[in-house]
Amino acid sequence: MIALDHAATTPLAAVALDAMLPWLRDGHDNPASDHAGGRRARAAVEQARAQVAALVGAASADLVWTSGATESINLALKGALEFRGISRGHIVSSRIEHKATLDTLRWLERQGHRVTLLTPDDDGQLAPQQVLDALTPETVLVSLMWVNNEIGVCNPIEVLAPALRARGVLFHVDAAQAAAWLPVDLAALPIDLLSLSAHKLYGPKGVGALYVCRRPRARLAPQLHGGGQEQGMRSGTLPTHQIVGFGAAAEWVQGQRQLAAPRVTALRERLWCGLAQVLDGVRRNGAGALAPHILNVSFEGVDGESLRARLPDLAVSSGSACSAATREPSFVLRALGRDDGLADASLRLSLGYASTAEDVDVAISRLVEVVTTLRRWAPRP
Amino acid sequence: MAVYFDHNATTPLAPEVLEAMLPYLQGPYANASSLHRLGRAARDAVEQARQQVADLVGAMPRDVIWTSGGTEANNLALKGVLTPGRPARIAYGSTEHPAVMEAAESLRGQGVDVAVLPVDGDGALDMAALASTLTVPTQLVSLMRANNETGVIHDIPTVSAQVHAAGALLHVDAVQAAGKLPLDVSALGADLMSLSSHKLYGPKGVGALVRPAPVDLRTQLHGGAQEDGLRGGTLNVPAIVGFGAASALAQARLQTRTAHLLALRDRLQAALQTLPGVEVFAAAAPRLPNTVQFRLSGWEGEALLMRLDRLGFCVSSGSACASGSGEPSHVLLAMGIDPERAFGAVRVSLGEANTEAEVADFVAALRGLIGA
Repeated sequence: MIALDHAATTPLAAVALDAMLPWLRDGHDNPASDHAGGRRARAAVEQARAQVAALVGAASADLVWTSGATESINLALKGALEFRGISRGHIVSSRIEHKATLDTLRWLERQGHRVTLLTPDDDGQLAPQQVLDALTPETVLVSLMWVNNEIGVCNPIEVLAPALRARGVLFHVDAAQAAAWLPVDLAALPIDLLSLSAHKLYGPKGVGALYVCRRPRARLAPQLHGGGQEQGMRSGTLPTHQIVGFGAAAEWVQGQRQLAAPRVTALRERLWCGLAQVLDGVRRNGAGALAPHILNVSFEGVDGESLRARLPDLAVSSGSACSAATREPSFVLRALGRDDGLADASLRLSLGYASTAEDVDVAISRLVEVVTTLRRWAPRP
Repeated sequence: MAVYFDHNATTPLAPEVLEAMLPYLQGPYANASSLHRLGRAARDAVEQARQQVADLVGAMPRDVIWTSGGTEANNLALKGVLTPGRPARIAYGSTEHPAVMEAAESLRGQGVDVAVLPVDGDGALDMAALASTLTVPTQLVSLMRANNETGVIHDIPTVSAQVHAAGALLHVDAVQAAGKLPLDVSALGADLMSLSSHKLYGPKGVGALVRPAPVDLRTQLHGGAQEDGLRGGTLNVPAIVGFGAASALAQARLQTRTAHLLALRDRLQAALQTLPGVEVFAAAAPRLPNTVQFRLSGWEGEALLMRLDRLGFCVSSGSACASGSGEPSHVLLAMGIDPERAFGAVRVSLGEANTEAEVADFVAALRGLIGA
């Protein structure tokens, strides 16, 4: 099986597993407990907080642990609106955000808030001016992903962050797909809220973090109520082993990222060129500033379901894993103007740190073979 | 080697559970929502665990909704049954876990009428107060099966009949009961039931809300179509597999575990009661087989806890979540115990690996501390 689905989830780094095992074997104490074992667990949790903070250039105290990016995003968006105590706020986002953002925004809309979803151009690009033009005096929050999970296009975060801060609008950035690939320096960028997921950066599933800027303070109303952990911002027993794994993975990624990014970018281009040189009617989705790891390709004249069914040895996806259950063509590609048929006949190929030229070459030959076969059989229009 | 007497805060992972989890931590990784072969394998493992958790509480696999833990399950139950913006009324017991209390109290600000149900001196629900509360139309009553501090067991079947007769739904926080008491969601008459993996020798970071009846629930964590759209977020496959294994183990070992815990607990309690100035809270009430909460006259609980910690005994004053808060236990206050006595509380919660020798050492250590 060739793994080309790293945008869905990444393997656990060996260092992360090694860091987790002692806490699974005999470090079970509740980090909130007031005895020696509890204090040890608490210290491990705090070390991990420093490791994750270092990956994104934040201070430890700025990070709140969550169960994953979905919860981080829910907390950021709902928490910011609820804390303001306003019933008719305005939020600006984009049509190609992750479902966690879009579904949360839809819920906020039902609560009476107004949401503007910007449409990127055919290449998936959003212009900073488009965002700024959408602001109104009622705008409380702008929420954008740093890297799109289906097409890999980067939003102009570095331009928008200072512009939004200057206008007094909160800025939430979903960095789930960015943190393993791009330098993220919150010390230099005025971002208010930033969501992270461990399992997209070689850490374990079931844990994430929300960066909450303290100067100026981004205030949130908690969404999970209970024992008051995480300074009251997020209740629930902290899963020590998962947090420790997240920390170890973050530290490891910080060491790998800079070397991996150009190498994987080259592999991505090798993959695209290998397909485009041999096959006609292939179309690349997403252009401009791209994250290294994601290539999204549409294959004209091919039925999407048949295509996926014939690639059992390639772990690829048709889009976001979260939407896979619905089996609808990607809403991201449709937002970019692709018709349903073409959107359905598209694959997201996402590389990882361990991907090799050989993986890419095998994938190219398998894809060429399957697409050629399917086209030969397809009824001519 | 420290003696761990704090199993109501969290339990060690059973070795069998770690074995079950390891392939999913080390092996071929996948997102359980992915359509390819690895995704399907992860999904199959998740569904097997769903069956195991369902079996533990006499439910169907489709009744089990995965969450990040007991706190999220409780939040989902209390907030999920309400329609935002519509007037509603909910009631909870005065000795509930903070995850229920705080979730309920957060709704007060949103126009929800919240009633608190009193308990008597033994921690048992005041049934007359329940009846009078239910004379006003109520959507949901939330009551724990067993208390995390005192171990007191509520008579859920009786409460359930009364709650249902009034047309309300019953949510049962069974986080402390699971693995320590037989648990059958239909026999109890619960419409919703919260579970946590790390209280029954499973991993932290996973729990479940069990919904045996077709109760309408509103999503609280939005994003993605996971869990039938009820709870977004990539499934935590290794932890879910561990929760399943821990549930199967809990079911298989329930009788031996319970007998062992009860024998140890009775021995401990009998020994404690020979000490001068000891008070065991809710001593006469039906309680979990593993829990004793007590105080020693003249001792503050936190001070005793620190001394015991130095001697290598891990105990707690009450709930781990609230530790260090400097507040007396809300559970004991609700039982009418005055703050001075409540400040003295020390909770011992035993586990399957504890021994008679550890219990004897503990009592000897206490004797030494108080010079008895």
